[in-house]
Amino acid sequence: MSGHVFHPGHHELHGVTVLLETTEGRSYIGRLDTEDESGVHLLDVAVHQTQDGGLSQEEFVRRTLKFGVRVERKHAVVPSAEVASIKPLGEVAG
Amino acid sequence: MPYDPRLVAPMREEMVRMGAKELKTVAEVDEVLGDPKGTLLVFVNSVCGCAAGNARPGLALALRHGVRPQQIVTVFAGQDLDATTRARQYFSDYQPSSPSMALLRDGEVVHFIHRHQIEGQAPQTVAANLTTAFDKFCGAPV
Repeated sequence: MSGHVFHPGHHELHGVTVLLETTEGRSYIGRLDTEDESGVHLLDVAVHQTQDGGLSQEEFVRRTLKFGVRVERKHAVVPSAEVASIKPLGEVAG
Repeated sequence: MPYDPRLVAPMREEMVRMGAKELKTVAEVDEVLGDPKGTLLVFVNSVCGCAAGNARPGLALALRHGVRPQQIVTVFAGQDLDATTRARQYFSDYQPSSPSMALLRDGEVVHFIHRHQIEGQAPQTVAANLTTAFDKFCGAPV
C-alpha cells in the first residue's frame, strides 16, 4: 500500500497541511482540500489574526510546527482574491 | 465512519510485518503505555495515502537502523477509535494528526513527528528524521 493515494484528480496540494496567508493579515494553517469559485477550502484549521494582540504570527507558526495544528474550525473557505501566499507547512522553517 | 476492514487490512499488515504491535483496545493501550519504562515508538496509522503512504515505509527503513526503540506499537486512527483516543492521551501536549509518530522514553515524549512533517517527504527523509531521534534517545545498538 506504500505510496498509494486515494484522492486522484485533486488540487496539487490536496491533503497537504499548508500555511495560507491573506492580504488582510490573517494566517490559516490547515489541510488544503480544494479550490473552487468560492475560494480555497481548508480542513481542520487554525487561524491567526495579526490584529488580535496575542501571539505574533511567527509564534503562532512556531507553536504549530512544534505541537501541531490546534483546530478551531473544521472547514474554512478563503476567497481566492484574498490569498497572498500558500505553502506547505513542512516547508516553513521553524 | 471507519473504512471497510478489508481495505485497511494491508495497511495493518504492513505495520505488523515491520515488527509493530497493534493496539486495538483501550486496555491494550494502557497495558503498554501505562508502564512507561524504556523507549517506545507509537505510530498513529492512517488510511490517507497522501502521507501514510510514505510514513509506513519510512518507519520500515528506520527500523533497519542499528539503534531503535525497545518497543514499536501502532494504533489506527479512524479505525480503532477508542484505542487511538486513549493513546493520544499519553502525548496530549501534541495536537492529534494522522499519520504521526511519538517517541517516548520512560513515558516522556522526547520526539514527535506530525503529519505535516511527513506530507510530500520521501520515505528516506522520514527515516532520517526517525533515526536521528533513535540515535539521540534510544541508547546503545540492539
